[in-house]
Amino acid sequence: MKPAANLVERAMFILLRVLSYAVIVFLVVMLAYIFKKGFSSLSWEFFTEPPRSEMTQGGIFPAIAGTFYLMVGASVLSIPVGVVTAIYLTEYAQSPGLVKLIRLGVNNLAGVPSVVFGLFGLSFFVTFLDFGTSIAAGSFTLGLLNLPVIIRATEEALLTVPGTYREASLSLGATRWQTIYRIVLPSALPGILTGVMLSLGRAAGETAPIMFTAATFYSPDLPGSLLSEVMALPYHIYVMATAGTHIQATRPLQYGTAIVLIMLVLVLNMAGLVMRYRFKKRMRGA
Amino acid sequence: MKAGSLSHRSIIYDRVLSRGFLFIGMSCLAVLMLIMLFLFKEGLPLFKTVGINDFLLGDAWYPTSAPERYGAFPLIIASLFVTLLASLIAVPLSVSLAVYLSELAHPVVREIVKPVIEIIASIPSVVIGFFGMVVLAPWMQETFRLNSGLNVLNAAIMLAFMAVPTIASISEDALSSVPLSLKEGSYALGANRWQTIRHITVPAALSGIWTAIILGVSRVIGETMVVLMVAGGAAIIPWSPFDPARPLTANIAAEMAEAPYGSTHYHALFAIGILLFFLTMFFNVVAGFLSDKYQFKES
Repeated sequence: MKPAANLVERAMFILLRVLSYAVIVFLVVMLAYIFKKGFSSLSWEFFTEPPRSEMTQGGIFPAIAGTFYLMVGASVLSIPVGVVTAIYLTEYAQSPGLVKLIRLGVNNLAGVPSVVFGLFGLSFFVTFLDFGTSIAAGSFTLGLLNLPVIIRATEEALLTVPGTYREASLSLGATRWQTIYRIVLPSALPGILTGVMLSLGRAAGETAPIMFTAATFYSPDLPGSLLSEVMALPYHIYVMATAGTHIQATRPLQYGTAIVLIMLVLVLNMAGLVMRYRFKKRMRGA
Repeated sequence: MKAGSLSHRSIIYDRVLSRGFLFIGMSCLAVLMLIMLFLFKEGLPLFKTVGINDFLLGDAWYPTSAPERYGAFPLIIASLFVTLLASLIAVPLSVSLAVYLSELAHPVVREIVKPVIEIIASIPSVVIGFFGMVVLAPWMQETFRLNSGLNVLNAAIMLAFMAVPTIASISEDALSSVPLSLKEGSYALGANRWQTIRHITVPAALSGIWTAIILGVSRVIGETMVVLMVAGGAAIIPWSPFDPARPLTANIAAEMAEAPYGSTHYHALFAIGILLFFLTMFFNVVAGFLSDKYQFKES
């Protein structure tokens, strides 16, 4: 019996390893392929010029700028509301029922499909509040989408701050708010910033929520106000890859745009992960 | 600040803030309500002209022909088919990955692989769809001699890749939280590592793994860009994995731009939104219910 059982163990462990590495190999192949195909289209002009000759020439500067505006706009809504919600949940809330209810809301909001956020943005921000297809409508839609990301990261960060910090502050006569503002928040800041980075990455990469609320196929100039439509990196990839008359001619630019978007999102996420790692290490030491 | 930080003013300040925080803390619930409200406002008028049965079970989606028809059945089947196939691919991969990470991998490997998985989770869906379109589709078309590589299988593969991080990381948490004493008991009875994994660790973590799978599936159902770019787009019932299809999400994204505000078509797309909203909410509630059950840490 023994040798047979060990043989099964060996075989299963090999299988588990192979399946696990398959996922990572797929990721590496995908990134390598896109980088190999798109690397040649990266140039100074690509980053600084608007598209020319029906998208087949020029760069993607307006899309980079547009994505930047949307990221900032989304954060203006999601960071304050998200952080305050997390503070309420971890520091203030006293009734467990209410906490449970709010958490249920957060989880369900996180599960709402991004295209449904797009529909909501269209009916609420674009039509009902009459923002039109605009940076404002797109940013708010993305901001709501990002709320759960910020709330969860902030909550996690606040819970990591040892209770002794709070007790020490309260025993010195500080009020709850003084304790939170001067002690808890500064200690939790790196963890909160992790959430901010992850949510910025998400805002940069989402397409469906901005399709009907903010994005436009082509605008050579930068947006004039918060109520103008914008180009955005993910939408630019989608449109170039699926619509238009020169799908093959714009292929190198599609790969190039994909590289820019991937790099943007990866840098934000890695910064977030590194911060979280260092934060956790420090808090464990404390 | 003067000697008494507990001055009357700061106490009042504290109280006012706590009320304000409660107000903002409710915002997620308010947003959820608002989303529901506006989906209903724009989606329910459809049923003044189209019966609910015709919408859910009608087999033809022709929004622009005369007479217009709004049978979402082919789209629903497309969503279910793509999701099922993606799950069949993603679940074995993710659970293997989770078991490998929590039970087998060297700690150094684990510290490297876990962030890599989070990186997969962060890749924008439009990039994944793009890869499926320009790489997997031509390859599939050639290898299987198809008319088009944009089909259910292609979409399922790319969606499975997207679902892996969700399922793997939550399953890994569940597996890691199985108490060591359970495993030690198993080893002490002479079981080897695989027998322990199979008969002790995985069963003990099972409700956590189910939570992970349900959340992953919910993410797959709601994913838009991948299916929009890769599934082929035909609003007909797909009978084989090599048929093109148009899942619910892709249909909204593809047609919203051409549906005039307030038209039946516009309302029909919002009605699909209602369907998606409740479908994913159902999955999330079930997942939340299951995850409440597997808390080892407290015992």
